[in-house]
Amino acid sequence: MNAVLELAGVHTHIGAYHILHGVDLAVPEGQVTVLLGRNGAGKTTTLRTVMGLYAASRGSIAFRGEAIHGQPTPEIAQRGIAYVPETMGIFTDLTVQENMVLAARAARHAGELDRARLDWVFGLFPALRKFWLYPAGKLSGGQKQMLAVARAIIEPRALILIDEPSKGLAPSIIQNLIGALRELKAQQTTILLVEQNFQMARALGDTVAVMDDGRVVHRGAMAELAEDEALQQRLLGLSLGAHQ
Amino acid sequence: MNTTVIAPAARQAGEAIPKSSFDFKPVLLLAAVMLLSVPAVLGAGGSASSWLTLTVAGIAMGLIIFVIASGLTLIFGLMDVLNFGHGVFIALGAFMATSVMGYGAGAGWHGFVSVFAAMLVAMLVAGAVGWAFERVIVRPVYGLHLKQILITMGGMIVGEEIIKVIWGPLQIALPLPDELRGAWLVGEAAIEKYRVLAAAIGLVVFAALVFTLNRTKIGLLIRAGVQDRSMVEALGYRIRRLFVGVFVAGSALAGLGGVLWGLYQQSVTPQIGAQVNVLIFIVIIIGGLGSTFGCFVGALMVGLMANYTGFVAPKVALFSNIALMVAILLWRPQGLYPVTNR
Repeated sequence: MNAVLELAGVHTHIGAYHILHGVDLAVPEGQVTVLLGRNGAGKTTTLRTVMGLYAASRGSIAFRGEAIHGQPTPEIAQRGIAYVPETMGIFTDLTVQENMVLAARAARHAGELDRARLDWVFGLFPALRKFWLYPAGKLSGGQKQMLAVARAIIEPRALILIDEPSKGLAPSIIQNLIGALRELKAQQTTILLVEQNFQMARALGDTVAVMDDGRVVHRGAMAELAEDEALQQRLLGLSLGAHQ
Repeated sequence: MNTTVIAPAARQAGEAIPKSSFDFKPVLLLAAVMLLSVPAVLGAGGSASSWLTLTVAGIAMGLIIFVIASGLTLIFGLMDVLNFGHGVFIALGAFMATSVMGYGAGAGWHGFVSVFAAMLVAMLVAGAVGWAFERVIVRPVYGLHLKQILITMGGMIVGEEIIKVIWGPLQIALPLPDELRGAWLVGEAAIEKYRVLAAAIGLVVFAALVFTLNRTKIGLLIRAGVQDRSMVEALGYRIRRLFVGVFVAGSALAGLGGVLWGLYQQSVTPQIGAQVNVLIFIVIIIGGLGSTFGCFVGALMVGLMANYTGFVAPKVALFSNIALMVAILLWRPQGLYPVTNR
């Protein structure tokens, strides 16, 4: 299995703080890789460093075999990486439609959106069709998250980075989201998912990497970690089965 | 301020989410200013026709200020750049107009031709200088507000001195061509032709901006960039390039505004930029930093207030704009049309 994204010894500083201390991570093609770890372990920083939103101070990041560290964010996005930040990054003053037109780089206006693909997105997230011409700021938290994911998939991308999509959402909404991401997974979309909700992580993850203190401290199959409570205790300080 | 009207039918259809409702309050405030000024003008010994003259003058002045300030508010909104050097493009535009129109008068051009030629040249030159200004002066200080203020002010001083070198330090007359002089009489009110032309140009600029912002992808990118720059970049767009474009367009508009302002005053001084700078900062603060429509309403309000108070209480006119800004910020601390996510 080829790795779409490979991080080797990545260090990141934010101001005076040394956040990532040599992250090694590979994201295999066509799989969902889940990044677990407690708060402050460096998961979000890892995603932002991949996107070029933070500069890696050391180490290398390769996307489809080509080095991307040090490149500007738009360049990295254009290579085929979509990013759904923890804050969702919805343009609240713009309509749902305008948010989608922005995400589809090839479309100059709504009429140029790929109709078939849009219908597929609407199938995953029916609320977006309903609120198509509404300002995105008026959507509920769950609907905003769906819009954020929809933006990432409105055009085919080689890799999608999703940062804690379940954060602050009601359990029933999380179920919807898991359903939609499962469908993406079934289409062999490569996803790097940061997630604290273990139910979601287990439902979606093929492989898992656990971070602690700015490093990846465990790599393996999701199923393996899900069954090994002792390993969960050791890596995450809690039993994931009991946690949910 | 939420309206609590519940429409059960709409709710059942799952349409409880309101569509974006346009905020009319600032527009109503503008109308209220115009209405309340009627008794004030009459009380100060004016007539209905003097009110009409003042109103037309106020609208023309407001729209000229809007032309100048619209670029500045986008530059701030999009890139968080405080450009105190914006005034230099105004002065540059106005001085280019003296040269072009002086040449036109010598060559016997029709008045409209020389005015429009002056506008075109002023926009081209101001835009080109704006491009260089962004490269040399603004680019090294992205994200550093204090340095931006200092260096752009410095840039303006340098620009002002260069203007003095080229055109001399003295005031230069910028007379209106004969075709644009005089007034139309509406009842007893004299409506100056040039003010109508200036207002018309201001409206054309406003319409062009509204069209670009709302109907084109570039406009979409600008509106999105004003809200969340880094997300626009994460979607794969080079916002730097967009910003240079906005900076150049904003500078060109300031040049155009300089021509309009110079003709409005019928004279030009090298200090014109610094004078107008204060006004345009008041306008973009009143309007809500980054908001084009807010800038439009704010500019009209400043233009009207300046003319009304100038007639009703000339001494008050000296600080009427500051008073207006204070009053509006007490009501809406983020300006009339706050840009969210800022």
